[in-house]
Amino acid sequence: MSGWMQHLIVAPILLPLAVSGLLLAFDERRRTLKRVLSLATVAALVGIAVMLLWLVSDGFGLSPASAPRVYLLGNWPAPFGIVLVADRLSALMLLLASLLGFTALFYAMARWDRSGPRFHVLFLLLLAGINGAFLTGDIFNLFVFFEVLLAASYGLILHGSGTERTSASLHYITINIATSLLFLIGVAMIYAATGTLNMADLATRIPDVPSGNLALLEGGAAILGTAFLVKSGMWPLSFWLSRTYAAAAPPVAAIFAIMTKVGIYIVLRLTSLLFGQAAGGAARFADDWLIWGGLATMLFGTIGILSARKLSRIAGHYVLVSSGTLLAAIGIGGHAVTAALLFYLVSSTLALGALYLIIEPVGRNVEEEDMTSGISEPVFDDEYTGALEEDEDESGVVIPGTIAILGGGFIFCTLLLSGLPPLSGFIAKFAIIDALFQPAAIAPASWLLIALIIGSGLATLIGLTRAGIDLLWTPSEDNPPRLSVIEVAPIGLLLATCLALMLSAGPIFLYMETTAVALGDRSAYIEAVLHAPRANGARP
Amino acid sequence: MEIALALAIGILTASGLWLLFRPRTFQVVLGLSLLSYAVNLFILAAGRLRTNAPPIVGKEAADPALYADPVPQALVLTAIVISFATTALLLVVLLASRGLTGTDHVDGEEGEP
Repeated sequence: MSGWMQHLIVAPILLPLAVSGLLLAFDERRRTLKRVLSLATVAALVGIAVMLLWLVSDGFGLSPASAPRVYLLGNWPAPFGIVLVADRLSALMLLLASLLGFTALFYAMARWDRSGPRFHVLFLLLLAGINGAFLTGDIFNLFVFFEVLLAASYGLILHGSGTERTSASLHYITINIATSLLFLIGVAMIYAATGTLNMADLATRIPDVPSGNLALLEGGAAILGTAFLVKSGMWPLSFWLSRTYAAAAPPVAAIFAIMTKVGIYIVLRLTSLLFGQAAGGAARFADDWLIWGGLATMLFGTIGILSARKLSRIAGHYVLVSSGTLLAAIGIGGHAVTAALLFYLVSSTLALGALYLIIEPVGRNVEEEDMTSGISEPVFDDEYTGALEEDEDESGVVIPGTIAILGGGFIFCTLLLSGLPPLSGFIAKFAIIDALFQPAAIAPASWLLIALIIGSGLATLIGLTRAGIDLLWTPSEDNPPRLSVIEVAPIGLLLATCLALMLSAGPIFLYMETTAVALGDRSAYIEAVLHAPRANGARP
Repeated sequence: MEIALALAIGILTASGLWLLFRPRTFQVVLGLSLLSYAVNLFILAAGRLRTNAPPIVGKEAADPALYADPVPQALVLTAIVISFATTALLLVVLLASRGLTGTDHVDGEEGEP
């Protein structure tokens, strides 16, 4: 890795940050320029993520020996400065985030980016924060990136304004600020117990923590973990989630589908790196919490899906089911389960994104009166109001057979989310269940997880079918909903990606398995970070 | 010194939590501010308490036992800035919610009297 290639790791953070700063300089009325710039940026992010994936896997090879790539910020040596680490897992998450970001941004161009000021700036800032959280190798730096993505998400959740959004965002912001304080307490306690914040350095020091400090360390890790579990929506920390996501504008909700997965990613990273088998006294101390918490979350989400009347609430509860499945699977652990849960993570995130995007056009003819509330009067006098006056024909041309397109897409989403064959949702769930059956003695928690995976799939099928019949099959006097190509294309792209996941499930699964093996063997990560060479031959 | 700091953190946390669970938005904002003060003090304490010890080492090699840990101090600075910014943002949302709903209740509507 030489020349400009070594700076590729920092590009997913710097590029959206720089462009979002640049976009601030332009007036809101230069919308085309803003759109072109931000879409080009996110497209570049997809490209960068693919290149990083190629780099960390030695040309998409499947050897687990390929070392993570480390970037020393400011060229400080590893445990002292902040490091960015790109390994197989973070490259995969980067690609997932940028793909989802690209489709959500594309969709937003149909009309949503006009419903309030500075949509593109906030969107790019959110992506910068998410990418940073995936790449960083330092837990305090992780806090900073979390704050970046949260600050952007506060703005995005308010995007479009309106009473419901303001009220939901008030709760959302309060909960997240309180959670950030928990995050800080956890970081401070871990620092007090170990004296370092670098994840790789932590991993080497945790086995040697004296037993007197073990309670401090585990307490700190538990408080830190609570912060991530609030983000990822574990029951009973998840009551804010479905209402907030339902209140958000559709493209915002779609990109928020990756935000719960940021919490999951961190839990997976920290449990495998810091509290794996080799962690001495603190090894696997959180696993039971993750398993039972995850199972409770699944149960809560399943009941929520069955009781929800609105499609957006069903989607919100499905986010919980998905998080619960992942958390319980992380708690059970093992290579096979980890590989399967990674596949499930990718598949369910893409499908959820597609569902959030399709909800609004599907409900359009039924909830016509709600359409106007999507864009409401500004609260403050100096706020940008141009969106309200321009472009009356905002939905674009009427495509013949829109109902057919929407219905097809909706059925596709339903199959994906409920996990019916032959789509990738089925492969993912089947793989998890298959991995759970591999040990000779199957733990009761595994049986419960299997039952809940099947049960939640059934509930999703029932919930989505019921909503779909109401929205799509009921004969309607109204005209079919107007739909523009800009809205159909991103949904199609997401669903096509899921289809690609299904068709090339073999190689992708091999990649996930290598990733899981690499996660289980933390020595490569530690070695890569602590012995990262400095640029210009500076003394290590 | 230790007991004073511990008391300060405890009192700030307790009052912050009490305010956080109050029904008025302004009380919630104040509660979050008090909590963030408590957390900042806590981070400082995580670096072990030292008095009259400089955090910056000079050019010559020095005995680290004579110096205070600089890392928590840097962390506190970052945490202060971030909590200040998010509190300001929350205040704006509070005002917007007050303007839209006409009440300063956290749920946007008055509960049962």
